[in-house]
Amino acid sequence: MNVTVKHFVIAVITLLFSTNVFAAAPIKIGGLFAVTGPAAFLGEPERNSAKMVVDEINKAGGVKGHKLELIIYDTSGDATKAVQLATKLIKDDKVVAIIGPSTTGETMAVIPVAEKEQVPLISCSAGSKISDPVKKWIFKTAQNDSLAVGRIFEYLQKAKQTNVSILTVSDGFGASGREQLKSQASKYGITIVSDDTYGPKDTDMTAQLTKIRGSHPQAIICWGTNPGPAVIAKNVRQLGIKSPLFMSHGVSSKKFIELAGDAAEGIKLPSGKVVVADMLPGTDKQKKSLMSFVKDYQKHYKAEGDHFGGHAWDAVMLIKSAVENGADSAASIRDQLEKTKGFAGIGGSFTYSALDHAGLGKDAFVLVEIKNKDWAIVK
Amino acid sequence: MEFNQILQYTLSGLSTGAIYALIGIGFSIIYNATGIINFAQGEFVMLGGLLTLSSLQLLKLPLWAAIPVSVAISTVVGVIFERLAIRPLRQPTPINLVIITIGGSILIRGLAMLVWGKDTHAIPPFSGDTPIAIGGATILPQHLWILAITLVIIVFNKFYFYHTISGKAMRACAYNRRAAGLVGIDVKRMVLFSFIISAAMGAVAGIIVAPLTMTAYDVGVMLGLKGFCAAIIGGMSSGISTVIGGLLLGVLESLGAGLISSGYKDAISFIILLLILFIRPQGLFGKADSERV
Repeated sequence: MNVTVKHFVIAVITLLFSTNVFAAAPIKIGGLFAVTGPAAFLGEPERNSAKMVVDEINKAGGVKGHKLELIIYDTSGDATKAVQLATKLIKDDKVVAIIGPSTTGETMAVIPVAEKEQVPLISCSAGSKISDPVKKWIFKTAQNDSLAVGRIFEYLQKAKQTNVSILTVSDGFGASGREQLKSQASKYGITIVSDDTYGPKDTDMTAQLTKIRGSHPQAIICWGTNPGPAVIAKNVRQLGIKSPLFMSHGVSSKKFIELAGDAAEGIKLPSGKVVVADMLPGTDKQKKSLMSFVKDYQKHYKAEGDHFGGHAWDAVMLIKSAVENGADSAASIRDQLEKTKGFAGIGGSFTYSALDHAGLGKDAFVLVEIKNKDWAIVK
Repeated sequence: MEFNQILQYTLSGLSTGAIYALIGIGFSIIYNATGIINFAQGEFVMLGGLLTLSSLQLLKLPLWAAIPVSVAISTVVGVIFERLAIRPLRQPTPINLVIITIGGSILIRGLAMLVWGKDTHAIPPFSGDTPIAIGGATILPQHLWILAITLVIIVFNKFYFYHTISGKAMRACAYNRRAAGLVGIDVKRMVLFSFIISAAMGAVAGIIVAPLTMTAYDVGVMLGLKGFCAAIIGGMSSGISTVIGGLLLGVLESLGAGLISSGYKDAISFIILLLILFIRPQGLFGKADSERV
């Protein structure tokens, strides 16, 4: 009996040590994505992309001998759940970095946890307040709303269409966009002549648009995610409103064109470069990353890769290059992330610093116009 | 305030209101025959839209054939729902039934999410999307379809409940289940009938609104709630007062969004719902102890 126990103990010890000898310990990364629920259009491509790129890295032998291990939980877009799962990732799964969550509301709820436990978190959501003010352990890959607003206003200023109506959805995305639209307007010499909102599940916005028509704007900016903006595009056409319609980057997917049909023609919006990857000039630094992401996503999921998935792709690649630079713990990954310079990803060209954890400039967005049911870059 | 602006608010409100009315009538038919408030009513609306989408895209049926096919399938779902979830219930107290219908609606929605995914889908309008100008305001041909079909359904309801044996039997069940049973009316069959009718009507509503509102696995929630408001305002009648309730709700919402603030649009309808429940629980047009059909 004693002998068996002794043998067993020896065997266990040998096993424990041998794994350490054979390969470096895997780097555990947590993923929090809203795969179900109202934000599933964000969470699903994010999860798919993160899984895809981690599999590929491991197939190619990992990073510096480390395999990456991705542990993904579904938050269903619920902030309370996101906090619980973040704690679980840190305490039970012992991850050294977290990717996600998908929405700004969830991210804001999870930030205190990551800060307290000192685990780097790369959020995939767009809200400016995530990285403003800068928080030591929090980074983000999604382009700030403020950059998208800047793109539109720049164009309007040039076109001398300075009387603008805004119509925003009454959820986190719309509220953040509305705030940015209002605060940046004066900087570009733009006057907001009417300010309206609609509910995320509303099915008819002719009332708001009639009011907007009455205020005679030179342009209308709508800030929301599908399906609301598609309804608005149709309503604008129904009411015969001639003012040009601008949308946010929240609808820069083929789905919007499909939903709005003919009413989508002529609408302009700021978009991540991923939807126009093949139209970009060869000199664009991001082109290589973009093309490989689009091709890969098509191969794995038989669907078009969008910029939402790109946020997760960027996050994984940023962690990968941190590990390449010798990081293997939560603290060292954070330090390496902050040193990232000119990483050409999907969302843009990232340069983090101690003062900037969003890392992107206005060139992260291109202004596109919908023409013949496809995108065209507005010069 | 320009006149044509008010006209547009009213027209927009009437056309949205007709949608609420159509869904509201579905609620009241089941309520009248069984005393159940069927919170799964919104899911029939969703099924109608999504099944039409599949019939059009997968089966490549023309629109006129896709509509009856999807109404039929939704009706079958209604029958299955009644058979498996409502009928076997040992103690059909109102609270049990309400909980069961809510559970059923979550189940149907979940299954729809698995079948159709989470994306929103568009269905082509029945007769184009060239706006029709009325005064200074515009509506779409689809709005006329909605108004016309609502009208047809009201007439059909009136005829069914007052001029056919089974309609009269259903009204008898509404007055007094036990007495109806004693005079030889098969109450259980009447309950099944009511589910058949309202599932079919919900599906029709879902199909005709889909070109405007688009459709997804979760459209039933909000449309169902608004339909429920309409039915409450109308005092759960399956006739003209629910229709007026729906139209009123639509117009108030639209005027509220246009004249006060668009942020309060949904608040307006739910405040109306609460006020009606507090002050006139029998509905806006009902007498204190009125007949319900």
